[in-house]
Amino acid sequence: MTSPHEKSDAAADTLTGGPRRRRGRTGFKAFNAFNAFNGVPLPLLVPALLGLAFLVVPLIALLVRTPWHSLPDQLTSPEVWQALQLSLLCATAATAVSLVIGVPLAWLLARVEFPGRGLVRALVTLPLVLPPVVGGVALLMALGRNGVVGKWLDAWFGITLPFTTAGVVVAEAFVAMPFLVISVEGTLRAADPRYEEAATTLGASRFTAFRRVTLPLIAPGIAAGAVLAWARALGEFGATITFAGNFPGRTQTMPLSVYLALQSDPEAAIALSLVLLTVSIAVLAGLRDRWMTAS
Amino acid sequence: MTDIDKTAHDTGTEPGAGSATESAAGSAADTAPRSDREGLDARLVVDRGRFRLDVSLTAAPGDVIALLGPNGAGKTTALRALAGLTPLTQGHLQLDGAELDRTPPESRPVGVVFQDYLLFPHLTALDNVAFGPRCHGAGKAEARAQAAEWLKRMDLAAHADAKPRRLSGGQAQRVALARALANRPRLLLLDEPLAALDARTRLDVRAQLRRHLADFEAVAVLVTHDPLDAMVLADRLVVIEEGHVVQEGTPADIARHPRTDYIAHLVGLNLYKGEAEGHVVRLDAGPEITTTEDLTGPVFVTFPPAAVTLYRDRPTGASARNLWPCEVAGLETHGDQIRVALTGTLPLTADLTTASAAELGLRTGARIWATVKATQTHAYPA
Repeated sequence: MTSPHEKSDAAADTLTGGPRRRRGRTGFKAFNAFNAFNGVPLPLLVPALLGLAFLVVPLIALLVRTPWHSLPDQLTSPEVWQALQLSLLCATAATAVSLVIGVPLAWLLARVEFPGRGLVRALVTLPLVLPPVVGGVALLMALGRNGVVGKWLDAWFGITLPFTTAGVVVAEAFVAMPFLVISVEGTLRAADPRYEEAATTLGASRFTAFRRVTLPLIAPGIAAGAVLAWARALGEFGATITFAGNFPGRTQTMPLSVYLALQSDPEAAIALSLVLLTVSIAVLAGLRDRWMTAS
Repeated sequence: MTDIDKTAHDTGTEPGAGSATESAAGSAADTAPRSDREGLDARLVVDRGRFRLDVSLTAAPGDVIALLGPNGAGKTTALRALAGLTPLTQGHLQLDGAELDRTPPESRPVGVVFQDYLLFPHLTALDNVAFGPRCHGAGKAEARAQAAEWLKRMDLAAHADAKPRRLSGGQAQRVALARALANRPRLLLLDEPLAALDARTRLDVRAQLRRHLADFEAVAVLVTHDPLDAMVLADRLVVIEEGHVVQEGTPADIARHPRTDYIAHLVGLNLYKGEAEGHVVRLDAGPEITTTEDLTGPVFVTFPPAAVTLYRDRPTGASARNLWPCEVAGLETHGDQIRVALTGTLPLTADLTTASAAELGLRTGARIWATVKATQTHAYPA
């Protein structure tokens, strides 16, 4: 009978970003890093360091080979700007689309017990593990000019998605939305549903309760999910090139132009990669409270 | 009330009739005579796996009813059913003559103060209180004005802009009360309204809450496992155990005439059930107790722990007719006294001063004699 009450503390902690407080201690731990490795078995330590090197060395190599002297020119070239602008625009639009339809989907998964909910959750998660190229092909089959749905979009509304900027947004949203849904659903599950009950006893409809109580409470989770989805959308390659093609100024996003540049102008590819790396680091910095101190 | 309901229900149904007809016949029979009745009239039946809650409640406007019972008795379930947060499996719920059992919670004229208040953490105290009026169609400014009025009434005007986490327990409780009252509910529900408070605040808040409840013109139902809260705050107690009402009445009546071990323990009495023949009550467990009342048939006998006198050796003398050999099962301090739990032919608790406990050399396992004067016992029909 009292069981739901005990959840509220933990939920409140999650909602207010509990791990935030630990930052100071983590710094202290790093200071003691060398002492800490005493007594770590070699069969674990050696592969661990190897793994670390494996992840870090390529990034260092990127920095080492960066043509720092020609970098300003590279970055100010109209092609780079075009690709960067398109990338930011499409990733942001894809995130917006994901928010509008992904947050309600997450709410449905977290709060409504309907038959087949496990299956639905599996379907939502599928794009996370699906090779993006397959996602692109699937999108073509669905929304292509002769696709299952695209046929009608074309006939009724004259809307054609493949090989357009809107198509880039669709491809990115398809790949990125699951990140948002999973993140928001987790936050919703941790949030105390009794706040919604309290709102309904005050006369709020379920939707009002969601809008005025739940949404503000899970805002941090939504923000984190949105950033994650945005980062995923920004780096999206496979589904985009399959579904939207590679037209400069229209569908050629940063990852696509990096790939293309690598074949003709490696220095430009490095410069573009550096831009994306910077954006990734910025995203990680923005999320460090949530994931880097997850221990 | 419980009995009346039961008869109405029994006569209205054929044994073995389908449950659909049963509830239809039941509600039809229930509705007609009650429709103009003010206040609360409810029979709450909620099935939850093996647990079944079946509780009847009636109250007139202005009444404060306390649902008292141990953890897991179904008090909170009853409250949730009244609020519409848990659907009724069966039964009915009428408030001021209106049927509410199919009404969703947001459309019921019911206000709830939750156990840990559930103040919306992202809203100020003022906006928490304004939330209800807003949902009922008031404009932002108007809702806030109403909320400010309520906060003023609760002596919280200075904390209107505070977020809930900056409020003390007592303040949060009053904000929660203001929030529940701001919709002018016809039924106010309070779930363990004082449980989240520390002992010192509790005293003040209890007194304030009592004042506010006394001012409240509609029905108030509060749930508590604390007999003191129940007795201070409520006009009438409904004791629930395992989903059923075991006793109801005024606090004084229940304190004097407990009918279950749980209530006896709450009010601090030793309680036994037995068969009376004149002044002697033969207990179901075996031994006899001599009382002053002259009764026949099934009775309850109570005596307070302070009425028990303990002796290390069997006392001589005629006065001790209620004399039992016992064994000390446990000792604990109870205020400035020692409360001794005794087992033996008659399990009982006894209160004695620290000095006499030391004199007797009481320790767990010690064998001892207990006596109670007949004049200190109280017997009443079961």
